[in-house]
Amino acid sequence: MAKEVITGAEALMRSLKDEGVKTIFGYPGGSIMPVYDSLYGYTRGENKWFDHILVRHEQAAAHAAEGFARVSGEVGVCIVTSGPGATNTLTGVADAMLDSTPIVVIAGQVGVGALGTDAFQEVDLVGVAQPITKWAYQIRRAEDVAWAVSRAFYIARSGRPGPVVLDFAKNAQTHTTEWEPVHVDYVRSYNPYPKLNAKAVEEAAELINNAEKPFALIGQGVELGGAQSELVEFLEKADIPAARTLLGLSALPTGHPLDMGMLGMHGNYAPNIKTQECDVLIAIGMRFSDRVTGLPSTYAKQAKIIHLDIDKSEIDKNIKTTVAVVGDCKMSMPAITRLMKKNTHKEWRESFKKYDAMEDEKVIQPAIHPAEGPLLMGEVVNMVAEATHGDAVLVNDVGQNQMFSARYFKYNKKRSIVTSGGLGTMGFGLPAAVGATFGAPERTVCLFTGDGGLQMSIQEFGTIMEQQAPVKMILLNNNYLGNVRQWQDMFFGHRQSYTKMLNPHYESICKGYGINYDVVIDRKDLKAKVDKMLATDGPYLLECAIKEEDNVLPMTAPGKSVDEMMLEIKID
Amino acid sequence: MAKEKKLYTLLVHSENIAGILNQITAVFTRRQVNIESLNVSASSLKNIHKYTITAWSDEDQIQKITKQIEKKIDVVKADYYTDDELFIHEVALFKISTPILMENPEVSRTIRKHDARMMEVNPTYSTVLLAGLTEDIADLFHKLNEFGCILQYTRSGRIAVTRSFEEPISDFLEEQEKKVNGDAE
Repeated sequence: MAKEVITGAEALMRSLKDEGVKTIFGYPGGSIMPVYDSLYGYTRGENKWFDHILVRHEQAAAHAAEGFARVSGEVGVCIVTSGPGATNTLTGVADAMLDSTPIVVIAGQVGVGALGTDAFQEVDLVGVAQPITKWAYQIRRAEDVAWAVSRAFYIARSGRPGPVVLDFAKNAQTHTTEWEPVHVDYVRSYNPYPKLNAKAVEEAAELINNAEKPFALIGQGVELGGAQSELVEFLEKADIPAARTLLGLSALPTGHPLDMGMLGMHGNYAPNIKTQECDVLIAIGMRFSDRVTGLPSTYAKQAKIIHLDIDKSEIDKNIKTTVAVVGDCKMSMPAITRLMKKNTHKEWRESFKKYDAMEDEKVIQPAIHPAEGPLLMGEVVNMVAEATHGDAVLVNDVGQNQMFSARYFKYNKKRSIVTSGGLGTMGFGLPAAVGATFGAPERTVCLFTGDGGLQMSIQEFGTIMEQQAPVKMILLNNNYLGNVRQWQDMFFGHRQSYTKMLNPHYESICKGYGINYDVVIDRKDLKAKVDKMLATDGPYLLECAIKEEDNVLPMTAPGKSVDEMMLEIKID
Repeated sequence: MAKEKKLYTLLVHSENIAGILNQITAVFTRRQVNIESLNVSASSLKNIHKYTITAWSDEDQIQKITKQIEKKIDVVKADYYTDDELFIHEVALFKISTPILMENPEVSRTIRKHDARMMEVNPTYSTVLLAGLTEDIADLFHKLNEFGCILQYTRSGRIAVTRSFEEPISDFLEEQEKKVNGDAE
């Protein structure tokens, strides 16, 4: 039977459908018009298959795809045009690379004949994207579409996930080809799931069996590997206290008896101090980022280090390991657990409590239950966390709002934190929250953002309005770029260079977009207003008038060891 | 691991796809490590290209660079070696002045002593080829330079084969192929 002859643009639609894609974030333009023309037929009428979310800026398309991917575990997809459309997505692509988020960006490109001529809206996208993608490829012929799309999805979602960019030349969109579906599930130069080394597994188990003060560090790898229950079995069998990285916060439910809190520069006090006391440190699906290690030359020097990671290039990259177990942690953790003795470390585990108590008294209680003064970020986050019972998805922006919300939110379900950890992208929060509402439509999505980050993506109010995306936006407005201001006060002699910010009248902006709005100024109104926001269907912005010059604590100053973490800071 | 700097040789095997060289060199650039020499050629395996790259580095850094290169999707395998693990060769071409060559008998004696070959002699210039180790080539260059006879000089990147029995990637590829065939059964 003769094969059906279709255009490259139509082949893209069929290929995306074959990959199980339902939701696309995008923005049309000249070089991607044939694709948008094919998309037209797939978004309405009998053949409706895709939901296309029209964003208001291509950067937001990439961040929304990230938010979608992070909560759903599926690949986020965006379609944009060439040149500026493509370059606008690159911040999101870099963000996805650093935070191992599977997205596929399909960008238009000028026709092959015009490549290299500095044609209108031509940019060497593959050249620019290569260092910040897992894979970047230019589709130059219609007959390559099915293969390239399937390979892109396979690479984006397998092993350590990451972003893929497809640069789709216009001639390849319009030319025709015989349609034949392709399913790539193997690339010979790529080994996404390295085979476990039995000897390394044995050595790891032996170290853990002989440990008196074992300590586990939980990263996003546990979430990406879907290994949350394997983690609990592993920790519980040998009674191993554990702390979570920023991206791994929902890998272990808040309040689990072995949960010792959050790592990092603004994490909890006990896990940072105890890193320097443990005798065996077990890192699971985390990459010893500088925000976690502080000064690497002094980091956990007393400990034997076991590193479980699917990406062997992470081994010994920042911190030297004693035993490396390369592989999918969904396999490696059970393999180690099987060889582990049942054990208890009650005394060691309880030794964390002393530091918890110090942090609680000096930092946590004053942050979440202040007696007087203006509203604080911590108390707002705590109020929302209590009202959502740990069931909501937390999306945040970058800066003080990110640290406060990550610290004081509660996580009972997996895949519950969407944050820009590696790249620290201001402007990430709002579009990522939009994406999260599509990735987890059954869940409440709470965005905490600052006045700086919100304004970097505020055009996405348009997307929220059009889609009625039910994002609960909590604007922690302190009229400052608060985190930079904190550093200026601490390390730059209190010289507040361009961190104070004049804000617009957010109520008027919300009115223009038809978004529900309320403001909290007085502490006594907070609970009722949070409850009202959560009880209201659809999008909602709750502006909170936050104390202007508050600081995130505790804090490990840059270049300091994790055990030099400060519970209070003095600013002259 | 010692921070002692050595000349390391990376052997990288990749698929024959445009843009891979760019990805490989970017790994060096990002870490501010200079590539001393670079040679790209076909390998003994169909559709697999071989890159031979030398760089001064300490072992810790070259190990990280090697892993980051191997992480690229279309790179099949990357390994680093020290000189004692490899057979190494380079080629140099010298264009020298024929009048000086004729005037000074030491010039041709030096060329012969280095086992270099005269490729072409004409009244104005002569071409000399030397294949050998980096030091041999450098030595000949310095001597000829002292005679003041060099008009042009060029040296290839290093090429190298390992002293171990096989192409280091043939086992790896076999293993990979088994995986997919195993799945099909």
